[in-house]
Amino acid sequence: MNAFPTTDPLLQVHNVTRYYGDRIGCADVSFDLWPGEVLAIVGESGSGKTTLLNCLSTRLAPTAGAIEYRMRDGTMRNLYQLTEAERRLLMRTDWGFVHQNAAEGLRMNVSAGANVGERLMAVGERHYGNIRSTADDWMGRVEIDSDRIDDDPRSFSGGMRQRLQIARNLVTRPRLVFMDEPTGGLDVSVQARLLDLLRRLVADLGLSVVIVTHDLAVARLLSHRIMVMRHGNVIESGLTDQVLDDPREPYTQLLVSSILQV
Amino acid sequence: MNDTAQIFEQGEYNFAYLDEQTKRMIRRAILKGIAIPGYQVPFASREMPMPYGWGTGGVQVTAAILGKDDCLKMIDQGSDDTTNAVSLRGFFEKTAGVRTTFETSEASVIQTRHRIPEKTLREDQIIVFQVPIPEPLRFLEPRETETRKMHALEDYGLMHVKLYEDIAKNGHIATTYAYPVKVNDRYVMDPSPTPKFDNPKIDQMAALQLYGAGREKRIYAIPPYTKVKSLDFEDYPFEVQKFDKPCGLCGAENVYLDEVILDDKGGRMFVCSDSDYCEERRADGHLGPMAADPAAHQFGATQAEETAR
Ligand SMILES: Nc1ncnc2c1ncn2[C@@H]1O[C@H](COP(=O)(O)OP(=O)(O)OP(=O)(O)O)[C@@H](O)[C@H]1O
Ligand SMILES: [Mg+2]
Ligand SMILES: [Zn+2]
Repeated sequence: MNAFPTTDPLLQVHNVTRYYGDRIGCADVSFDLWPGEVLAIVGESGSGKTTLLNCLSTRLAPTAGAIEYRMRDGTMRNLYQLTEAERRLLMRTDWGFVHQNAAEGLRMNVSAGANVGERLMAVGERHYGNIRSTADDWMGRVEIDSDRIDDDPRSFSGGMRQRLQIARNLVTRPRLVFMDEPTGGLDVSVQARLLDLLRRLVADLGLSVVIVTHDLAVARLLSHRIMVMRHGNVIESGLTDQVLDDPREPYTQLLVSSILQV
Repeated sequence: MNDTAQIFEQGEYNFAYLDEQTKRMIRRAILKGIAIPGYQVPFASREMPMPYGWGTGGVQVTAAILGKDDCLKMIDQGSDDTTNAVSLRGFFEKTAGVRTTFETSEASVIQTRHRIPEKTLREDQIIVFQVPIPEPLRFLEPRETETRKMHALEDYGLMHVKLYEDIAKNGHIATTYAYPVKVNDRYVMDPSPTPKFDNPKIDQMAALQLYGAGREKRIYAIPPYTKVKSLDFEDYPFEVQKFDKPCGLCGAENVYLDEVILDDKGGRMFVCSDSDYCEERRADGHLGPMAADPAAHQFGATQAEETAR
């Protein structure tokens, strides 16, 4: 059923479960993610999308289950057995995380250039001129004018902030990017431009992406595969077009029909 | 003598004010600090009979290491006769009865805020710094749990973000005080609040350096002859402030100068911030370009007079 059968999976998720006390955040989720694949996690509010994403990205320890990731050297590692130093290095080199609220993913009190350059400095780049020109280059790639490089993101519009956040994440050429509602809260026209940019970057860089959204149009446009969640469980999954054109579960059918009416 | 010192005339106090148990606790923190150069050791900072801004961290460190035979020098802004220096010196004269001096070479313990003496320190001397904010990462990361983790993992990219910002906004690294350093190739440390002019002095210094932050309850140390590197970029290397003139009074070059206003007609001059150093040079017959100026002469004379007292 998957579109990338010839390579080894990048991420393997085994029965991941997360409780908040007695309440289920997500339950018994398993899947593989392939290099270059974009997986959308959809579902209504409270269905467990963010919980799952945070478990996958080591931001929230699962109550049960295991997550394995293929490191750059090809070895498969259990994410929750990495040392803190390994985990941090992974998060700031091989991974990205794009927050819905850009302020959570940016340093609002330093310039756009420093925001993009931070990861480079974190991994030991010590040449100011190189850092700056790389930052400048990435700002161009996310369509932010060069002359904003010394401005704080506070002076940026919502769409610009989101694009800056994306540049800040991509500067180290990650292989896997997590996104939680990256277009949420933006005007429709701004959303469209951002989606277009994301789609282009993902294709150009061959990124693997796990994107959480409750907007099926976003899933349709960006993802190869989709997982539908409800009450913490994955109730349906498959190729995006198949699931959206021909949903099997009544809940998915409801979700699709309600979005089509909008 | 000020109010603080007067408190101690009224009763008997333990040597150097602190009780022996507290001093032992502080000495343990100091020893740990020496063992891990540049690492901030938490300690149970005590209430001292002076406000925090007055250097209670430095005072506690000094109190813990002082012996009866020590000779203490107290500096504030490079000078021994500012209010802060005078009252802290008075505090130890009262509570410890130790000898005090203005002369760098005479002192066995030097407590300072801001400056390191121009005269090279020796192995048999200890310099104690009063530190207001010990955490160099605080500027960009206010969470203590996070900064602790960053130190543990040697995760110091943020320090360069700060320097990057400096260059982006000013065209050069504009940080002049509290300029961050890496100690012994491991811990990033804030030598605050000394001017970066003094950073080269703390590299491979013969004297033991102890840093005390009272309000923040931290002690850290640099053992003698330890490598201390000021952070920078390859294309923006660390540089100390340069003064284009020598000291107006003693003619010293390559020392840290303060600007002094001489009169209300805009007369000014630059003089050694280290007043003891300046006077010793003048006593040795060195004359600066302003030495003959009446107002400048008056300024220098007042300084020398206070030193003699
Ligand atoms: N920190 C928390 N403490 C307790 N319960 C939580 C916590 N975070 C989430 N939950 C619960 O876990 C379930 C899943 O929440 P989650 O935030 O993962 O949903 P979501 O699909 O991301 O929703 P939304 O679309 O609103 O962002 C919900 O019942 C929620 O109330
Ligand atoms: Mg959510
Ligand atoms: Zn001088």
